[in-house]
Formats: sequence, C-alpha cells, structure tokens
Amino acid sequence: MNLETDFCGVKFSNPLVVASGVIGVTGASMKYAVEKGAGGVTTKSIWMKEHKGHPCPIIVANEHYMVNAVGLPHGGIESGKHEIEEYQKNQPAPLIANIVATTGEEFALTAEAVSEMNPDIIEVNISCPNVEDEFGRPFACSKDDAADVTAKVRAKTKLPLVVKLSPNVSNIVEIAKACVDAGADGLTLINSLGPGMVIDIDMREPVLANKVGGMCGPAIKPIAIKIVYEVHKALPNVPIIGTGGVTNGEDAIEMTMAGATLVGIGAGVFYRDIDIYGLVRDEMIKWGQDKGVNSLNKLRGTAVK
Amino acid sequence: MTNFRRENLGKGYGMHKSAKIKEIVQETENVKTFILDFESDSKPGQFVELWIPRVDEKPMSIAYSDGKELWVTVFKKGPFSSALHEKKVGDLLGVRGPFGTHYTWEPGQRLVMMAGGYGAAPLYFLTQMALNDGCKVDFVLGARDKENLLYVERLKALDGVELNIATDDGSEGHKGYNTEVLEKLIGEAREGKGFKVICEGNTCRREEVTVDPIDKVYSCGPEMMMKKVSDMCFEAGITAEVSVERYMKCGHGVCGQCSVDESGHRMCVEGPVVDNETARKIKEFGSYHRDSMGKIHNF
Ligand SMILES: Cc1cc2nc3c(=O)[nH]c(=O)nc-3n(C[C@H](O)[C@H](O)[C@H](O)COP(=O)(O)OP(=O)(O)OC[C@H]3O[C@@H](n4cnc5c(N)ncnc54)[C@H](O)[C@@H]3O)c2cc1C
Ligand SMILES: Cc1cc2nc3c(=O)[nH]c(=O)nc-3n(C[C@H](O)[C@H](O)[C@H](O)COP(=O)(O)O)c2cc1C
Repeated sequence: MNLETDFCGVKFSNPLVVASGVIGVTGASMKYAVEKGAGGVTTKSIWMKEHKGHPCPIIVANEHYMVNAVGLPHGGIESGKHEIEEYQKNQPAPLIANIVATTGEEFALTAEAVSEMNPDIIEVNISCPNVEDEFGRPFACSKDDAADVTAKVRAKTKLPLVVKLSPNVSNIVEIAKACVDAGADGLTLINSLGPGMVIDIDMREPVLANKVGGMCGPAIKPIAIKIVYEVHKALPNVPIIGTGGVTNGEDAIEMTMAGATLVGIGAGVFYRDIDIYGLVRDEMIKWGQDKGVNSLNKLRGTAVK
Repeated sequence: MTNFRRENLGKGYGMHKSAKIKEIVQETENVKTFILDFESDSKPGQFVELWIPRVDEKPMSIAYSDGKELWVTVFKKGPFSSALHEKKVGDLLGVRGPFGTHYTWEPGQRLVMMAGGYGAAPLYFLTQMALNDGCKVDFVLGARDKENLLYVERLKALDGVELNIATDDGSEGHKGYNTEVLEKLIGEAREGKGFKVICEGNTCRREEVTVDPIDKVYSCGPEMMMKKVSDMCFEAGITAEVSVERYMKCGHGVCGQCSVDESGHRMCVEGPVVDNETARKIKEFGSYHRDSMGKIHNF
C-alpha cells in the first residue's frame, strides 16, 4: 500500500507524524524519530520566552492510558530556533513547528518569529490554559477566542497553518469551522483529554506533581476517532492531523477512515518505544496488502457517512 | 527493553511502587545511603526514579540490589535531595524502575573502575557482580579529600579488589586526579609488570609483580573525569563503558528531555551506560548538556 501523503501541499513519505511534546525537544531527537520511521515531526510547543514546566512526576501511565502534566517547558525562541536549524541540516522529513502563547498578540509575534525559521507547517496549540481568562479556560474552548487567535496568526504567516483543538468542548465542529473561517488550512485533532487524576493509594497522594494532567494513549482513541469523524463530515475539504491513542497499524487505518490525512503518535512511544513509527508504518502496509488496498488515499474518510 | 515494557504492561509498569526505607547510612557529611525494601531485577548502571510527593521525582543510580532490597547513595544538593535526607527509617518513597542500560562484563576479566562523586556507588554494585563472575577489579576512587571518599570500607571488605585512592589534596592515597592512577595502571598493563608495596610490620618494600592486561574500564562520576577516561582508553585501545547522565524526567524515552546530540538517543533508554565508541560519537559528551527546559549549558 502506498503511504505517500500530501498535506496542505507538503509531501510526506508516510502519514505518521511525531505529536507535539513527545521526543521533539531537540533537532537530533526529531531526526532520530524519522530514522525510526516517522513520516514527519512536530516540535515541542515553542514559547517566545523560556517557560519552566512542572516538577516531576510529569507522566503516569499503564496499559490503558497515560496522564501527563509536563507543563510545556521550553527554552524560548532562540532555543527553538537552534533546534529547528539542527533539524534542517539535511532535513529528512517535513517539520511542523508547534507554537504556544498566553495572548493573541503573543501568538502573532511567535508565529512571525517561527515563520522566519522556515518550518513546513505551523501548528497553533490553543488548547493550553489561557491566563487572560480568570477561569484559565483554553482559547480552544470558545469559538470566538479560537477564531481570534487563528486570525492573528494568519496575518503573520504565509505557511500552511494548522490549529490544534481541545476535545474538552461540547461544540467541536463549531470551533473547527470558526478556525477555518479565520484562515486555518488544517486542524490537529485532538490535544489531550480531561484533565484526569491518578492517586497512588499507598502514598495517598495524586501522582502528578501538577495533581491533574491531560489524558492520552489507548483509552482516548474512541474520542479522537469520533471527533475526527464529526469534523471531517462537516468540513470534508479541510485536512486533519488525527491524533489520540494510536499505537498500531489498525489504529492508524481507523483514524484515516474517520477522515484524517496525517496521523499523530505521541503516547504510543511509551507503549512500543520510538520504534513505533516504523512498526505502525509496516503494519499499515501489511494491512493494505492483505486487504488488496494499494493506496492510503483511497481509504480516507471512507467510514464517514 | 521494548520487550521488557510489553511484558510488564498490566503489571504496574509505568506506575510507582511504594518502598519503605529500611535503613539509612550516613556516609559523609552530605551523603547518605538509603536502603529500600524494593523488589527488582536491577543491573549495575541502571537507575530508579524516586518520588517524594509534593517535592519532586529524581533519577538515582542503583548502588546495590540483591533483588529484595535496593540501595541509593545520595548527595545533598537542592530541594529534592535535601527532602530525601530528612526522611527517616520506616518512611515511604514512590519508586519507578529500574530504567536504562547497564554495564557489561565477561567472566574472569580484569576490570578497572574509575569512580568520582556518587559514581562510587553504582561501580560498587558492578564490582560485586563482576567478582561473583570471577573477575579481578582495580577500583580507582577519587574525591576532593579524605572526608569525601565514599564506600572505602565496603570496598576494602571485598576479596579480589585492588583499591587505589586519589584525593585532590593528598589527604589520602595519590595526590591528584584518579585519571593519573589510571595512566599508571595502563602503563603497567602495557609493560606486563609493575610494582607492589608489601608491608610487614613497620617495614615496607617494593616488589616487582607481573601485571595482566586490562580488559575493560568503567567510569561513573563528573563528566570531565569520564571524558578524560574515555580519551585515555581510546588512545590505549582499551574497551570502556561510561555513564552519560542528562536531565531526565519520564524515564520512558517519551518526553525527549535527555536526548543527546547528534544521535538523538535518549539517555534514559539508550543510556545512561554507553560503550566508549558510542560515547565518542556523542558530540556533547564532555562539552555541554541541556537543562529542564531544553536550554544548552556548557560544562
Ligand atoms: C541517571 C542518573 C543517575 C543519578 N544518580 C545519582 C545518585 O546515585 N546520587 C545522587 O546524589 N544523584 C544522582 N543523580 C542526580 C540527581 O538525580 C539529582 O540531580 C539531584 O538529586 C539534584 O536534585 P535536587 O532537587 O536536590 O537539586 P537541584 O538544585 O534541583 O539540582 C542540582 C543539579 O542537579 C541536576 N539535576 C536536577 N534534576 C535532575 C534530573 N531530573 N536529571 C538529571 N540531573 C538533574 C542539575 O544539573 C541541577 O543543576 C543522578 C542523575 C541521573 C540522570
Ligand atoms: C508527554 C507529552 C507531552 C505533550 N506535550 C505537548 C505539547 O507541548 N504541545 C501540544 O500541543 N501537545 C502536547 N501533547 C499532546 C499530544 O501532542 C497529543 O495531542 C495527545 O497526547 C494525544 O495523542 P496520543 O494519545 O498519541 O499521545 C503532549 C503529550 C504527551 C504524552
């Protein structure tokens, strides 16, 4: 089965991309993921200024799920630039630069600075808590806020623009539409779910230093599939990076049938180590052979009625 | 390692196990060894993540394990290690692991341990395991001064270990770096002979002895010391393994924090123990490292 994929005019040798925040701290680590089979990579969320992140534990996981509260640590724009330049030396696969900020203006500034680094795509992480809002609600939880950030970033970049949305809303299609109307070329669905909490009953304490964290891994796959399905149904021409709970070839095929063009893998690295990208790619190829499907493009959105 | 994960998912892998502190040994003014009730199949060079709720979670080398108990030897530095030093016998810690790669050896080999700082602890574990396999060990222990030497009595109690001590101020053993002792050991091994000081009562004499070739050198301690050991072994054509420690968080190779240039290898999974050939390909080894935000700092 041919896995070559076109996403917003960018060519990927396979649709599997490293999700933001996993492995992508350094240029070298992103190259390593490509060596291991990833068709593309996403950087860790880039901040304009350095950002500390949470103390540890940042991750707790079992066979069903992972809960993470890394707290978006980042060395700031110069550090981000250095790692992107390192990746771009003999760049092995497309690069998606993920950005984060706490105000619309800061998103615009960051987008402008990051665009100068020439990534292939910009991904806007609006699913983190918005400190402007007294309730700490992410921009991605309101269609007006989401559209506002998207428009401000759109004004500052000519690169393909993808907005990453939160599943923690009741009206995801409305929010997706608002982002597309404001200039988004594509959507990443979904960021982590919840938040959730895990308590260690011996220590009688929440495990994560931040107490709560975003849920990811196998348990959230049905939610990711459902959201990709709904949004693809409503916006069939908007390409989607389907992310959430993918750990094997069948999951990736399922995500494609729900309407995803690219498939993000994050927590999967916990379950099958960094080899997961090559393993899932090979499992997709094998599935295609067994079922007599010669191109992934023929599967996209086929389950959506 | 991937298989280890697959086999242990569903058996608590990825979650903490609580471990009771069985015993605490004050090693020096700022160093304590904590003996934990913690069952594991740990190998020398691997580490555990220790969690103190509402403080932090940090990687610690395994200083010894017999399968039922596990030792860690900890320097009091900042918030986490200070909080750990406050703990009492009977207190609980959260533990994950063991994680990472381990040291390797063959039965009957002649091994040299190059230890600085808390590096003495994991190399003590390695020494015990290697002695069980009939190896001979030269243990070269370095510290600022006599008061800061770790594990001296435990090492002296082992049969089959030549203990060499080096202190910066000469308050015990060789005055200078422990790498100067390594230079001597490599020279003697090349010559096939060396001298041994033999004392009877108050009279000591030097006696010529035959010296076996060195099969492998292991290093754990300050990075500049390990870098020197790595260079010396490379030049002398001796196999070596070093422990490359980077800022670690998740221990699963997921968060990407401990990736090194330019391989991108994650030191919590493909390390911390790497062979010298690999270490020499790590561009940042002995040169720079990244902090908890991924920012680069020179050593
Ligand atoms: C594989 C590995 C094995 C280790 N084994 C031991 C050991 O056996 N005994 C021992 O005393 N210490 C060991 N350390 C270091 C230890 O994890 C901590 O660095 C130390 O306890 C500092 O924490 P703190 O809060 O007390 O001090 P802080 O003030 O927070 O840190 C002091 C310095 O320690 C380093 N550091 C802090 N956190 C980490 C981290 N998560 N990973 C790596 N470096 C960090 C930083 O360079 C920092 O500047 C090991 C580290 C690694 C990576
Ligand atoms: C350790 C970890 C760190 C993450 N950090 C980020 C981040 O910095 N920015 C972001 O947009 N998403 C981040 N995410 C969310 C993932 O990119 C992804 O959307 C989510 O985990 C669902 O996919 P998965 O089940 O494949 O992990 C992180 C996820 C994990 C597991």
